[in-house]
Amino acid sequence: MLKKSKLAIAAVVAVALVGATVPASNAATDKKLEIFTWWASGGEALGLKGMTDAFTKANPNTAFVNASVAGAAGTNAKGVLVSRMKAGNPPDTFQAHAGAELTSYIKAGQVEDLTFLYKQQGWDKIFPKDLVKTLTSNGKIYSVPVNIHRANVLWWNPATATKAGVTAAPATMEEFIADLKKAKDAGIDGIALAGNGDWAIAHLLDVVLLGTLGADKYNGLWKGTTSWTGPEVKKAVSNFTTILSYGNSSKALDWPDAGKLVTGGKALFFIMGDWASSQWQADGLKLGTDYTWAVAPNSVDKKPIYMWLSDSFTLPKGAKNRDAGIAWLKVCGSLAGQDAFNPAKGSIAVRTDSDATKYDSYLQAAMKEWKTDKLVGSTVHGVNWNNAAMASYNTVVGKFYTGGAKDAAGLIKGLAAIQKNGK
Amino acid sequence: MTRVRVVSELSYLEVFRILKGESPVASTTKKHVQSPWGGFVFVLPSILAMAVFVYGMIGWTLKISFSHLNSSDSTDNSFAGLKNYRDLFQDSDFTHAFSNLLKFTGVFLIGTLISGLIMALLLEKGIKGEGFFRSIYLYPMAISFIAMGTSWRWLMDSARDKDGTGLNSIFHMAHLDFLQNDWYTSERGAMFAIALPAIWQMSGYVMALFLAGFRGIPDDLREAARVDGASEYKIYRHILFPQLKPTFLTVLIILGHISMKVFDLIYGIASKSYVTKVLAIYMWQVIFDIQDFAKGSAIAIIILLCIAVVVIPYLAYVNKTEEMK
Repeated sequence: MLKKSKLAIAAVVAVALVGATVPASNAATDKKLEIFTWWASGGEALGLKGMTDAFTKANPNTAFVNASVAGAAGTNAKGVLVSRMKAGNPPDTFQAHAGAELTSYIKAGQVEDLTFLYKQQGWDKIFPKDLVKTLTSNGKIYSVPVNIHRANVLWWNPATATKAGVTAAPATMEEFIADLKKAKDAGIDGIALAGNGDWAIAHLLDVVLLGTLGADKYNGLWKGTTSWTGPEVKKAVSNFTTILSYGNSSKALDWPDAGKLVTGGKALFFIMGDWASSQWQADGLKLGTDYTWAVAPNSVDKKPIYMWLSDSFTLPKGAKNRDAGIAWLKVCGSLAGQDAFNPAKGSIAVRTDSDATKYDSYLQAAMKEWKTDKLVGSTVHGVNWNNAAMASYNTVVGKFYTGGAKDAAGLIKGLAAIQKNGK
Repeated sequence: MTRVRVVSELSYLEVFRILKGESPVASTTKKHVQSPWGGFVFVLPSILAMAVFVYGMIGWTLKISFSHLNSSDSTDNSFAGLKNYRDLFQDSDFTHAFSNLLKFTGVFLIGTLISGLIMALLLEKGIKGEGFFRSIYLYPMAISFIAMGTSWRWLMDSARDKDGTGLNSIFHMAHLDFLQNDWYTSERGAMFAIALPAIWQMSGYVMALFLAGFRGIPDDLREAARVDGASEYKIYRHILFPQLKPTFLTVLIILGHISMKVFDLIYGIASKSYVTKVLAIYMWQVIFDIQDFAKGSAIAIIILLCIAVVVIPYLAYVNKTEEMK
């Protein structure tokens, strides 16, 4: 009897001790957290792992379930998400691009208002004001951005540039097209194109539109002050057609394979967002020697423009593990979370107090420019148009590209129709 | 004298027996059915499942196609009549997808019929190692469409000459450069290129059906014709092929409805690319990317109608021939 009661006391003491060492009330009380992203591979998956490690450290009692769906730019994930939301089975948090892409979910009443979290965590003071304004819809904020990517970046391999006789990065569209011709004369494809899924070709069109129209007129396209059927867009489409003619002959490459054409010396230029850099570093290549970068050519603006896109996380209405979802969002917006996520992902943190020493030379330059450059949004990545309009955008551009880039009038008509049909 | 039975009357069990070379009739003893209700109860679960998951779902899809649910945040369930169907026929993407589907169906049907028939002709007389060849021709059917789509996507990549991979590089190495082309990214030839893997996969199945048809024809007919002095060609043309008409019809119907539904093969090869878009892929895009549910349901009903046009007359014909016996 005595032994048993001694055992019982020991057990109670042990439980009490363990209870005392459980982390403070910040830890999620839910058993599980299910997140939904399209970061399934490469540098993106590495970055996500950095943030999930930070989450599990702060919330050791919560199992982490990663329900990611592969497919760049969320082309497959969004479809899966639609069916889950309609079925009333939302994940506890899902990835969505900041900007117009969120409006579909906001209008459908599928995401919760997170303004309370911003005030509680002080994010309204630490995130850049312009970004918070873009995220605010009718006075409410519905998502927590974790990163800023730049879309208008020109990448090339220094060795290939020397072979083609290109000594400096082209600053204007005209110089760019001249360099493409130099590459062709040297027997190399001028630009690497990733035709699979059409979005990378639409991404190129975004950058060519910016480079031909300039930032103000580009922003005017989405506001309605610049006409889609005007002469500026016509010139941009003509530039686009010329650039496409210097592309590689395989029309259905994924973007990492198109990137390999550049690092392998088979193509000279690559216009892609800065996630390309983290992919190449994950492949073991060195920034500066195996590949280098410049701002994408722009014929109008004298100072560099920052075409941005931002991945953000939301809190769906009816999430089964709401507390775990909020704990995840807290990690997303925290300094530790963002500085663990972004260096591996190849993007810069949204927080203005981020530690620059953790980032490589490209990202440090991007951080500096983010503070000073004029900002325009990336259409293909959710800033200017919502999901339905983006799907039509990819289709219209894909139709143009696979049709041999011949029907410029049809392309312009299609784009104008998308803008007209409303966001 | 035994009556010649045509393939359409045979059950799958009997087809297998014929392929193995046995008589199709299993045994002549019949089980005495205890009561009519026993049989009905036995199939009741299947009927219920069909009623809910097939006809119930079709009805629901039909209802949505008549509504105004045209965007992800719309809750407007009001009756819109044939508005969505009218919009479809004015939608150039829809007509493009439809014409792609018809092109694909045509090439697929002709290609599979010809290659399946040739393989059946080669094997039907019975050669050494017939089992081996039969298996080889049937193996492609065992591969999932997605796995096939991924490998054929590589094989039919449009990069040429030194950058080429797959078929283009084979042509380049064999100095047949004029044969290199854009395959499934070509504006005019995309559907022909997509039909290639489909033909490769289904030829074996068509061969099996035709083999069963050939084997169902008793040898007496051939012997009698040979005794009468007919050449092999005349035997095929006047005796064997007419007997195969029901098989031919079966093959057409089966291939026709498979090709109307084709999705995963094309998605695996070219994703949602414009030049290879067919109805099922356009429907996927409209529902999941553009989230116009009413329009997507309308496309689904149209696909169903296309298949019904092919299958229902065939079922009526089979029913009629059963009743005539």
